[in-house]
Amino acid sequence: MLSSQHFGDPGKMKDYHYTGPVEHKFSPYAYNGGTVLAVAGEDFAIVASDTRLSEGYSIHSRDSPKCYKLTDTTVLGCSGFHGDCLTLTKIIDARLKMYKHSNNKTMTSGAIAAMLSTILYSRRFFPYYVYNIIGGLDEEGKGAVYSFDPVGSYQRDTYKAGGSASAMLQPLLDNQIGFKNMESVEHVPLTKDKAVQLVKDVFISAAERDVYTGDALRICVITKEGINEENIPLRKD
Amino acid sequence: MALEDVCSFKERPVQHKWFSFSSLGDAAIPFPKSDYYNLRLETSENNCGVPLHFFIPPLPHSSSFINRPLSSFCPPKNSMTVQRPFRLAHGTTTLGFIFQGGVIAAADTRASAGGLVACPAVHKITPIHSHLVVTSSGSGADCMLWERILIREIRLYQLRHGHRLSIRATAKLLSSMLHPFKGTEMCVALTLCGWDNGPKLIYVCSDGARLQGDVFSVGSGSPYAYGVLDRELRWSLSKGEAISLAREAVFRATHRDAYSGNNVDLFHITAQGWSQRKREDLKEEYYRDKEKKGKKKNDKLK
Repeated sequence: MLSSQHFGDPGKMKDYHYTGPVEHKFSPYAYNGGTVLAVAGEDFAIVASDTRLSEGYSIHSRDSPKCYKLTDTTVLGCSGFHGDCLTLTKIIDARLKMYKHSNNKTMTSGAIAAMLSTILYSRRFFPYYVYNIIGGLDEEGKGAVYSFDPVGSYQRDTYKAGGSASAMLQPLLDNQIGFKNMESVEHVPLTKDKAVQLVKDVFISAAERDVYTGDALRICVITKEGINEENIPLRKD
Repeated sequence: MALEDVCSFKERPVQHKWFSFSSLGDAAIPFPKSDYYNLRLETSENNCGVPLHFFIPPLPHSSSFINRPLSSFCPPKNSMTVQRPFRLAHGTTTLGFIFQGGVIAAADTRASAGGLVACPAVHKITPIHSHLVVTSSGSGADCMLWERILIREIRLYQLRHGHRLSIRATAKLLSSMLHPFKGTEMCVALTLCGWDNGPKLIYVCSDGARLQGDVFSVGSGSPYAYGVLDRELRWSLSKGEAISLAREAVFRATHRDAYSGNNVDLFHITAQGWSQRKREDLKEEYYRDKEKKGKKKNDKLK
């Protein structure tokens, strides 16, 4: 693990450029890259992530997807520091089981989102370095996306991109799904097939321009029938 | 959260002693028996009144702490922060003022994390109960969670005592709940806008400030908002004038402040409760304003 990087671009290799004598402290965080995206439709939700796990200039794995299935109607995408992602998903799994055993029902997407918010905030003074996005179906069967910041602030959205390429993808989603910054355009509701195609195109663009995104794309489509997973290859360079 | 406490449902407490850290002697901060894996196995009774467990990392004191001059008392919490490699959501314009028709609370809707707009449509004004709303500013996650805690505590008080807590008492409760975190990096600046026997406007901050007043504006865009408010604000404003004044103040602040923007939320609180105005996109307002100025310039030239 490298020295702590204070508010610089995540993952940027400051150590390889001489900046003068610097006191190196142990940093408990590392940045493992990756991009996650979620889109909510009328009766479906899509959570997609790339599968590259990197650190600095190296790639640790080309097959490390960042979507984690929580229940039959909810998928969590988390990117950032892989160690914290793993621990966080373990804790959420344990809490889901506890809820199921005490209340005899599965947690709904909204409840999982609220719970994740308190889990993240309880670590306010030593945060989980994870950018989370939950995608799933709400109680009425409509698609729901909840996006989080590392300390637990969350909000329900229609679409959200998180992770290393988020700043590149979010404006594209704003334009294509939110129809923002365009004049005289008909607001057509998003169908499932169009949404899947859009997600594939968007990740192909991200892999072109972001070094931490690539290798393969894992798409999870959540409908009332269940969760359907698809793997699409991306650029490996 | 609230129902569990009212029913006094206590889970069996489990002893957690996963480390013993006595090498620092008296300087060591007593490590609270905290729930590291967030399994919520302990109740909130022994947590100095704060109904949420926080994991405080047991960091050794850094060398800079030893070199600091001993004359200034520094609370040990300052050395116990882990360097974060990411920015948190910050930056805002919120305002509230009192007039003859009640209280107006207005805020922008942008959450910025460093230079990126993390979310263009955040709710910075949250209703606590039918006659109280709170505008939040500072770190987004802090405000969201503390509002949630405040709603819970107010509801619990109401259930336990049969009447609703006054707004001044709510502010005092909030201030005392935030007090254990004074000196840490937590940043919460809330304005309680409500009605109990008259309009009330109280500003509570995680630094410890608790101030009652007639007009408050908080956030990076507040200087611009104050400039617009101070010009027109009077007790005798009508409801329409007050709303358009609040809108104008937020609009001018979002225009000049980079960290505020997108839409404006507006709440109006009277003796009958709060009512929310439809969220308005300020982009349209900018173009309308430009057109108006263009027309005025043309009229002048004629």
